[in-house]
Amino acid sequence: MSEKHSCSCACGGAPKLIFACSGGADVGALADQAARKLTRDGVGRMFCLAGIGGRVSGIITSTEAAASVLVIDGCPLNCAKKTLEEAGFSDFVHLNLMEVGFQKGESPANEENIENVAKVAAARMTM
Amino acid sequence: MKIQILGTGCPKCVKLTEAVKTAADALGLAYEIEKVSDVNQIMAFGVMMTPGLVVDGDVKLVGKVPTVDELKKILVK
Repeated sequence: MSEKHSCSCACGGAPKLIFACSGGADVGALADQAARKLTRDGVGRMFCLAGIGGRVSGIITSTEAAASVLVIDGCPLNCAKKTLEEAGFSDFVHLNLMEVGFQKGESPANEENIENVAKVAAARMTM
Repeated sequence: MKIQILGTGCPKCVKLTEAVKTAADALGLAYEIEKVSDVNQIMAFGVMMTPGLVVDGDVKLVGKVPTVDELKKILVK
């Protein structure tokens, strides 16, 4: 039987991973910047969505081994969610910024919005 | 077959190395094994946790030490 290990060295516990759509619209930038803030704050670690799309084996296996996964999409197209699903992932928490009041084209990635998104995302991660 | 063990030398990485050798020997595989301990090199595989197992350039698993039987299945895929 396999087992997950944690120790004080580089083989530490499985991280909480965060994927953002990082799309071209303002809400994509907002999702991206919130994910980076969550990483800086130690809530989780932003990881490479492109690596999931590209089926990069290290990215895929690391995601499979994650303690939890949060996916942040800026708009209802849900590109990040669909990218994870296409790669076979279903066990993740999803946050769509429109559902929490951020409209595409009206939500600049400023400090206040980043802070607010990060708060909502952090709360979702601990649910 | 090129086998790379990703890890900074912790006990779990050593355990994985030993288990992989046992599995590969039991299967009669021709292989070379390399330990990759440089963090930057490990990160270059896109790996976020160690230990990691890479077979012919493909990351097969990270963050756990499977049994020898599980490793055999991984190595013959």
